[in-house]
Amino acid sequence: MPKAKVNGVEVEFEAGMSVLQVAELAGEEIPRFCYHERLSIPGNCRMCLVEVKPGPPKPQASCALPASDNQEITTNSPMVKKAREGVMEFLLINHPLDCPICDQGGECDLQDQATGYGRDDSRYALNKRAVEEKQMGPTVKTIMTRCIHCTRCVRFMAEIAGQQEVGLLNRGEDAEISTYLETAVSSELSGNINDLCPVGALTHRPWAYNYRPWELKKVEGVDVHDALGSNVVFQVRGAEVMRVLPRINDAVNEEWLSDKSRYAIDGLMRRRLDRPYVRRGGKLQEASWAEAFEAVAAKLGDSSPDRVGVIAGDLQDAESMKAALDLFGGAGVPNLDCRQDGAQIGGGPREAHLFNTTVLGLEEADAILLVGTNPRLESPVLNTRIRKAWFLNNARVGLIGEAADLTYPVEHLGETHRAFEEAAGWGHPFAEALRGARRPAIIVGGGALARPDGGALVRAAAQAAQAFDVVREGWNGWNVLHTAASRVGGLDMGFLPRGGGMGAKAMMGAAGQGGLDVLFLMGADELDTRAIGPDTFVIYMGTHGDAGASRADVILPGAAYTEKPGTWVNTEGRVQFASRAVFPKGEAREDWAILRALSERLGATLPYDSIGALREKLISDHPAFGQVDYVPTGRPLDLSLVGLDGTPSDEPLRSPVTNFYMTNPIARASLTMADCSAVRVQAPVPMAAE
Amino acid sequence: MSVRRLSREQPASFAFSEATQADIQFWLGKFPTNRRQSAVIPILWRVQKQEGWVSEPALRATAELLGMAYIRVLEVATFYTMFNLEPVGRTLIQVCGTTPCALRGAGEVMDVCRSKIGPKNQLSPDGLFTWQEVECLGACVNAPMAQINDYYFEDLTAASMAQIIDDFAAGRDPQPGPYIDRANSAPVGGPITLTEPSLFDGSRARKVELPNRVQPEPAA
Repeated sequence: MPKAKVNGVEVEFEAGMSVLQVAELAGEEIPRFCYHERLSIPGNCRMCLVEVKPGPPKPQASCALPASDNQEITTNSPMVKKAREGVMEFLLINHPLDCPICDQGGECDLQDQATGYGRDDSRYALNKRAVEEKQMGPTVKTIMTRCIHCTRCVRFMAEIAGQQEVGLLNRGEDAEISTYLETAVSSELSGNINDLCPVGALTHRPWAYNYRPWELKKVEGVDVHDALGSNVVFQVRGAEVMRVLPRINDAVNEEWLSDKSRYAIDGLMRRRLDRPYVRRGGKLQEASWAEAFEAVAAKLGDSSPDRVGVIAGDLQDAESMKAALDLFGGAGVPNLDCRQDGAQIGGGPREAHLFNTTVLGLEEADAILLVGTNPRLESPVLNTRIRKAWFLNNARVGLIGEAADLTYPVEHLGETHRAFEEAAGWGHPFAEALRGARRPAIIVGGGALARPDGGALVRAAAQAAQAFDVVREGWNGWNVLHTAASRVGGLDMGFLPRGGGMGAKAMMGAAGQGGLDVLFLMGADELDTRAIGPDTFVIYMGTHGDAGASRADVILPGAAYTEKPGTWVNTEGRVQFASRAVFPKGEAREDWAILRALSERLGATLPYDSIGALREKLISDHPAFGQVDYVPTGRPLDLSLVGLDGTPSDEPLRSPVTNFYMTNPIARASLTMADCSAVRVQAPVPMAAE
Repeated sequence: MSVRRLSREQPASFAFSEATQADIQFWLGKFPTNRRQSAVIPILWRVQKQEGWVSEPALRATAELLGMAYIRVLEVATFYTMFNLEPVGRTLIQVCGTTPCALRGAGEVMDVCRSKIGPKNQLSPDGLFTWQEVECLGACVNAPMAQINDYYFEDLTAASMAQIIDDFAAGRDPQPGPYIDRANSAPVGGPITLTEPSLFDGSRARKVELPNRVQPEPAA
């Protein structure tokens, strides 16, 4: 490996690294604004100047200069110090001194670097430049006078988000960042440009003027708004999560976060169920926990187990599902389901319902077939990986399902499963690409799973996967992209109908015709609860006054994902723990504790008194939960075991997500999501459920 | 230079004329199909040739033609000051105001423009003229000068500028080039060096022995 000297210290580096990276290897901090390791290198801020020998006798921009063997890099010489001071002085010429009212204050690169590398005063006495504000939509607040033209936002939108909407207009002193005619940014990833902005020019509009970064308590967590399980950090003041920022995990979300994961948190403070309710005389009335449990226990005691149904919602943690599984499964209830959308997957080998290439491995794929999925709406951050595979790896992407703009070129092969049949002969050029691919991948989404013929469609996809040798030695390209954060955890623990029990759709059908006495909804809100007949007693355990609560006879207020320590398994089978950031609202309790208390009331006490004991039971019963944050690649899978027998219908495949901003009760309670939905989807904002 | 914005008043639509279409095909032919956005500057030039300025619908039409995002075309159009983002008069006068022209009387030329046309960068009341002050146009030897539409008008004075403006206003087509007694950039009043006629009649020609001439092989 080539070697270079950084301030006299010799370091080895990989060929192709820049001088800036080599200096960082040696532990030297290089100040920078425009350089970002996940974006292209423009070299326009000039803050990373260093001295390089051999080379011209002047400071060099280290971010854009390739390091070479036997190079001597100096980052602490008087020349470098003077150069940095000069650059900083120029940057500050037009930067307003409004730090006291700037939301970036305290976490501002310009502040920090001015302190570390700038002069102690200014020699500039003329008027500063002023720039008009730009309208960029509901997520981005602009104060463009502060902009230092690093163009990180322009590059992020063009390279990562794949939507060329932000640009640098005019030039020189008049340069300004804007969207075309100041239209709102339409990307689902727009919040990331606020993170990337090294100054306070772009800040988070929904959180404007609400906090100072140093007064927030940081708690590490996992996002539940899609099945990717993005790593986040909840930033808390008092009882409120003030903001959610991404936590770097290269295997999951790199350092990006979708707008829903980020800005839906204002929904956690609205429409909350903060105390138990019991329906008396047709009206939900406030009740105590004892009264609520009394009502539940009375009804459950009267019902035969096979007339009880339990449906787990999309945001449930594994612990609460395990507690419900032990409680109801132990009592002999056969009607259990964690797939409220009716997805026909699970029960087979574990790999059959996982995203087997892994999110990181998807980058290596060179041909990707999407089946019944719109990854941009179902998991925008995952979509950036597919885009990356296309961008860096020239991967070809084919789509069976609804045609959509996925931010990269997509070959649309058909709308129905017939496209697979045509695959048999497959004269189609994409089929040839898939056949010849070194790392082929198939991604099956909710559009194929969540329908009556879902099992047959999955079988059709698996047969295609077999035909194209998608699962081979050392590579498993069979991917299922789930739409719910709870789904893989539920499938892994077998939260499924047992012994001829009913699935979610069948339960809803039975409840409509008096076939169920008790329906226990664990945060399940994506159901048509108005169809439930008057004879079915509905118990809703959840957080928001949404579809489930509106029909409930008893409401047990639970904890949202920020309010409980929990385990979530993401779509690739990655087990991730999250910590509690704040306490549940009002009298609400953690879901597993509610079930534990209920079990005692029912006389079938669950054998755990703490979340630790519950996790121990979870891991000993289901070893898959024991491998935390670990996902192997290339696991073998017998594709002939995947899917169900049947004949798929000719119904076109449609993504289950039509409005990205309204997919769960938290998002539906969020004002920001309502704004985004109105501006970007032009969908009518739904009214409160009750 | 100041911040350049799109005009407040925009036409409802834009269409490439037939002549522009032909030029566009010429320019597109120079680039591979997947690199056709390289033609954005020539095509904006053709648009400006057709309309006199670059309107917002024209930007969109250009973007769609080249498969570019609107914002990318807008970036180019706002970066280059030669693209007029506001409507200009049929006669666009660009007076050079850089040092050599300024020393040679560009100020007086601009005064004439100001008095006959109006404030700079604004369409004249009759809609016929716009005058701008521009940076060096590279004809300093003929200072002061102005570019009017596609041609250079050089060695101007207040009087000749006034005459040119009047001619354009009357629909005449004044002659481009120097407005004093000289050909192109030749000395005023005719040449002052190389005036000897014998330089040009061939009488000074001498036979010279080229030092590197190949000697013929001596006969064997």
